[in-house]
Amino acid sequence: MTDALLQVQDLKVHFPVREGLLQREVGSVKAVDGVSFELRRGETFGLVGESGCGKSTTALAVLRMIEPTAGRIVFEGEDVTGHTRASMRSIRRRMQMVYQDPFGALNPRMKVQDIIGEPLAVHGLAKDRSAWRARISELMDLVGLLPDMADRYPHEFSGGQRQRIGIARALALEPSLVICDEPVSALDVSIQAQVINLLVELQERLRLTYLFIAHDLSVVRHISDRIGVMYLGRIVEVADRDTLFKNPRHPYTQALLNAVPLPDPELESRRPENLIAGEVPSVRNPPTGCRFHPRCPEAMEVCSQEVPVLHGEPPTGQVACHLHPPSG
Amino acid sequence: MTAAGSAPLLDVQDLSVSFRTDRGLVRAVDRVSLHVESGETLAIVGESGSGKSVTALSILRLIDTAGSIDGGRILFDGEDLLRHDEATMRAIRGDRIAMIFQEPMSSLNPVLTIGKQVGEPIRLHRGSVWKQAYERAAELLRRVRIPDASGRLKDYPHHFSGGMRQRAMIAMALACRPRLIIADEPTTALDVTVQAQILALLKELTREANSALILITHDLGVVARYADRVAVMYAGRVVETATARALYADPRHPYTAGLMASIPTLDGDVEGSRRLATIPGQPPDLAALPEGCAFAPRCPHAFERCGQPPPLEETEAGRFSACHFRPPSGGAQGASPRMEQNAVTR
Ligand SMILES: Nc1ncnc2c1ncn2[C@@H]1O[C@H](COP(=O)(O)OP(=O)(O)OP(=O)(O)O)[C@@H](O)[C@H]1O
Ligand code: SF4
Ligand SMILES: [Mg+2]
Repeated sequence: MTDALLQVQDLKVHFPVREGLLQREVGSVKAVDGVSFELRRGETFGLVGESGCGKSTTALAVLRMIEPTAGRIVFEGEDVTGHTRASMRSIRRRMQMVYQDPFGALNPRMKVQDIIGEPLAVHGLAKDRSAWRARISELMDLVGLLPDMADRYPHEFSGGQRQRIGIARALALEPSLVICDEPVSALDVSIQAQVINLLVELQERLRLTYLFIAHDLSVVRHISDRIGVMYLGRIVEVADRDTLFKNPRHPYTQALLNAVPLPDPELESRRPENLIAGEVPSVRNPPTGCRFHPRCPEAMEVCSQEVPVLHGEPPTGQVACHLHPPSG
Repeated sequence: MTAAGSAPLLDVQDLSVSFRTDRGLVRAVDRVSLHVESGETLAIVGESGSGKSVTALSILRLIDTAGSIDGGRILFDGEDLLRHDEATMRAIRGDRIAMIFQEPMSSLNPVLTIGKQVGEPIRLHRGSVWKQAYERAAELLRRVRIPDASGRLKDYPHHFSGGMRQRAMIAMALACRPRLIIADEPTTALDVTVQAQILALLKELTREANSALILITHDLGVVARYADRVAVMYAGRVVETATARALYADPRHPYTAGLMASIPTLDGDVEGSRRLATIPGQPPDLAALPEGCAFAPRCPHAFERCGQPPPLEETEAGRFSACHFRPPSGGAQGASPRMEQNAVTR
């Protein structure tokens, strides 16, 4: 597809498990096991799923901050899978990341101007110090920070302001893709809305494409155009936002939506309590066939035997479930 | 407040708690009043640092040495807990009042078996011998739906998954059939599907025993699903209390209204604008609170009178709000001026 900014095809990230004195490799954790999705230019693609399902590992593999075990990543029309670390550097300018923890992600000993301006310096993008400072002021202004505060240290800022600093740093190199990994989950509710609005506004102004990772479904629904649902290292469903929420097809997507309490006591009292049992199994020892089958209320015999493949076309969405076989 | 003649199970009146810090004295809880009836679930919501946990810990008299309870009364079954000595409090904790914390791993002892830990309160408070305590522990673990409960008494906490540990914590809390259970962010560390199972279980078991439950959370969805009544805290004060339904349908305090407006929902309309309403500004610094209403710097309705502290007053039967502003009708949300809609606020 021509308007795809990023295509991820059959991505796998397996971590070796070593044991014993000799640290012999005794197996592997298949943290990401055959993930495919596509990001269209200018859209927000939400990635949801419970902890440990491989959302962040997927993001880090796209950025090549973790080496993929297998699969293909095509970014801005270029297959970057075979790139060396050095040639990745210029590509990474165009893909940036905003992290969850606005406290841990910023170096406490650096002034805000150095945090935001570091990527400019590293990539030689400011011709002199005054150009560098001017660009920092511009970036601070862009994310709603007062440029006068450039000389301060991170601890002098609140959580929401620190997240703005992280966003300014990510935007310094004018990326086309910004990967946001749980960008608001560490923030208080009243501050979350401010940061979400900032991300929406920046996307419109700078034509950014977002890969937006979060476990909070209402936040993801609010910001995303399309959404992928992950379970234990695989994508089980991809659909437009409205289709996914109105007509979820995968039983796990349905379970997830049922589990999320809605902020409306009236609606809640009318909602049947329809909760699935069990917990997410360990990725070290995932179930055979469909990885959701031990918890699935609709599991059939085939579900424990065969891996359902993700199939379907973009308008209706894609699903990986034996209840929805390819031809039907 | 309550039906005439029947005092609430827990009645906290004008509780104030402060901490000595290197930045000076911090008033973490300021004249907080709230109550819970038997069989009822009260949610306490508020931002980080608003005093939810300090309120809970004060009820159990578990404030650490840097803090002190400066005033108020905590009436539990008619007795003021603030007048008890430590030995009396020890006899109450885990027996008539139980607490469940956010991190099951840090509140379970890693070197003791699950059976010992769930059985301990029964032995301690009921004077049972270990054999009986273990039997009761197995029964409790069964009730929180841990499969093969008696077989798992000898397991250590690390053998349990996160969800199972939190179930074990609930079993421990229920061991002596407490009249009041305080759960402080009991499921924040868990996955959504497991969180829903645990909260449903907690609610079911407290209802069965006609105990009262205080549920501390920052998740407004959790409040809507599980709470009967809600106390909203801001900067150490209760700013609004109401039934959950009334609070969501018609929030009265400008902070509550702003909070409700700023959450994205799973069913609302996202088509029109992707901008959420926001509350401008930052939560206040407790060491440097303004003299009057702590919400005033962020409040769209603030006027001169807000320089004086607003008392928590009953605005209509069962509804309390600490705010000088009285909307003409339809609550703070319906009245103009609305929360800022579009601006990216600093
Ligand atoms: N042991 C302590 N020493 C000093 N200050 C404390 C102590 N415990 C709490 N505080 C302060 O009391 C205030 C209220 O804290 P509290 O833990 O009750 O907030 P909370 O509403 O539970 O927040 P969260 O949602 O983050 O759990 C905070 O400013 C906190 O820093
Ligand atoms: S007292 Fe005044 S400042 Fe405080 S919430 Fe009410 S109107 Fe706003
Ligand atoms: Mg707390």
